[in-house]
Amino acid sequence: MSNNNDIFVIIDHMDGKFSDVSFEMVGKAKELASTFGGQAVAVVVGGGVSANVFASDSTIHVDDAALSQFNPEAYGKVIEALVKDKSPRLIMFGWTATGMDLAAWLSARLGKPCAAYVKGMSVEGGALVMTCQVYGGKMSADVAPEGDMAIAAVLAGSFPAEAGQGSTAATQIASPVSLDGLKTKFVEAIKPAGGDVDITAQTKLVSIGRGIGSKDNVELAEELAQKLGATVSSSRPVVDAGWLPRTRQVGKSGLKVKPKLYLMLGISGAPEHLEGMKSAELIIAINTDKTAPIFNVAHYGATADLFEVAEAMLELL
Amino acid sequence: MNIVVAIKHIPSIADDLPVKGNNVDFDSVDFVLNEFDEQSIEQAVLVKEAVGGTVIVIGVDMIGELDGVLHLALAKGADKAVKITGDDPAADSHMQANWLAEAIKGMSADIIFAGVQASNDLDGQIGPMIAAYLDMPYIGGVSSVEVAGNTATVNKEFASGFGAKYEVSLPMVVGVQTASKPPRYAPISKVRQVAQTMTIDKVAPTGDTSSGLSMKLMAPPVVTGHAEMIGGSSKEVAAKIVELLKSKGLV
Repeated sequence: MSNNNDIFVIIDHMDGKFSDVSFEMVGKAKELASTFGGQAVAVVVGGGVSANVFASDSTIHVDDAALSQFNPEAYGKVIEALVKDKSPRLIMFGWTATGMDLAAWLSARLGKPCAAYVKGMSVEGGALVMTCQVYGGKMSADVAPEGDMAIAAVLAGSFPAEAGQGSTAATQIASPVSLDGLKTKFVEAIKPAGGDVDITAQTKLVSIGRGIGSKDNVELAEELAQKLGATVSSSRPVVDAGWLPRTRQVGKSGLKVKPKLYLMLGISGAPEHLEGMKSAELIIAINTDKTAPIFNVAHYGATADLFEVAEAMLELL
Repeated sequence: MNIVVAIKHIPSIADDLPVKGNNVDFDSVDFVLNEFDEQSIEQAVLVKEAVGGTVIVIGVDMIGELDGVLHLALAKGADKAVKITGDDPAADSHMQANWLAEAIKGMSADIIFAGVQASNDLDGQIGPMIAAYLDMPYIGGVSSVEVAGNTATVNKEFASGFGAKYEVSLPMVVGVQTASKPPRYAPISKVRQVAQTMTIDKVAPTGDTSSGLSMKLMAPPVVTGHAEMIGGSSKEVAAKIVELLKSKGLV
């Protein structure tokens, strides 16, 4: 069993739609599996989806009424049972709202290594090496897992999605484990709150981060946005602090935007934020930290005081 | 209700991260409370205020400077603070989760809070691992928690404003993304008072789990592109940005 060189890709899906990272992982798994002499196996847990859309060597679709909505406890039990049965060499999750509940949990359950924030994967001398983007994107760590099985939690946007798209017919199976007596019960879905401006529909955004410092300073960004005909958006910490409503949040746990102008004031550019805005047509970043990762992504940048720059821009507009 | 908050003391990413060997040079960086733990502490105190009980905050003392963080948590409404005397700045998430789970075992916890993630979670987050070690259900990405009797109702965030509501039989572990209210402010005077009057319990680490990852390299990321940097004074930067926007027809 321990000689198994297959790779499991735990497919990330929501409301019957597969997220891009699922296809990205399948593509990468195919490449790695062929190096290892194994198969890339897409594992779809949950109902309401047609799983015949991957370029995997095979696809397993576990369907059960208890799996129709994401339930970390139920999904975890199913994946643990499958992994124990098949002993794949590598299990890939997305570093997503669902994968983040499962990858480290499975690692601790099985006593097998897990790498998170995975951005790159390669094989060196027959061994897997994973490149992880840690410390808010400021550092990159190359790690090699010990032993015969490892878990990877992969950042969205790390690999091309096209390589994972295909039409492999899924094999439907019943849950390999009893799902009776779960302690976790799905109650209802929560839909986005309306009533505010839709930042995904704006052509110009002035986006503020932790560097804005306080709620009072948001007014300066509002003023600048008004002069530019733009709307104010933000990174997560600004929303968590209660300075702007959740509807203005750009990033992994917020909204994905693609404006013509994305003017960033005091946002360092952690991977979670980049996921929501890296496709913007013109990205200009102002930050006092010259090593802020955002300068690797922005088209134009300045190491400067955002307040001074904003004030000076207001005078010129 | 016995409420436990497991926190992480992590290298600050506000400044440069120097490298020593194949890891961060932990002697040359400041350690701070994981930002999601601020949310987690707040959520724990909100639950206590709603249903009663005690909040115990527990963390691994990475560099011998955890007291300040624990005093702050106490000033914000935690009732008791415990530090695990790890004194290993390189302790990974598996090791910390193992130590934390062993220490929490004796606390009869009804609900355990942890920050949903930390920037140094190279081997995953402590929340789901503590849940696995203690055989409790876990839900992360949580933005509100209400407890009634033996059941917690939690809202989990997915993306783009979508989420789901769950009911979970306690005990459980919650990975907090955002507290249901912004974290409260604790005045310095109160933190000082707490530091003088409240004691922090010390526990020796128990358990020897580690991540099973061998570190080959730690370095700033190899970048494929870099912004065209605009130099000069703030006024000059502003003028150049306005000029750029005009040239592209954006103003």
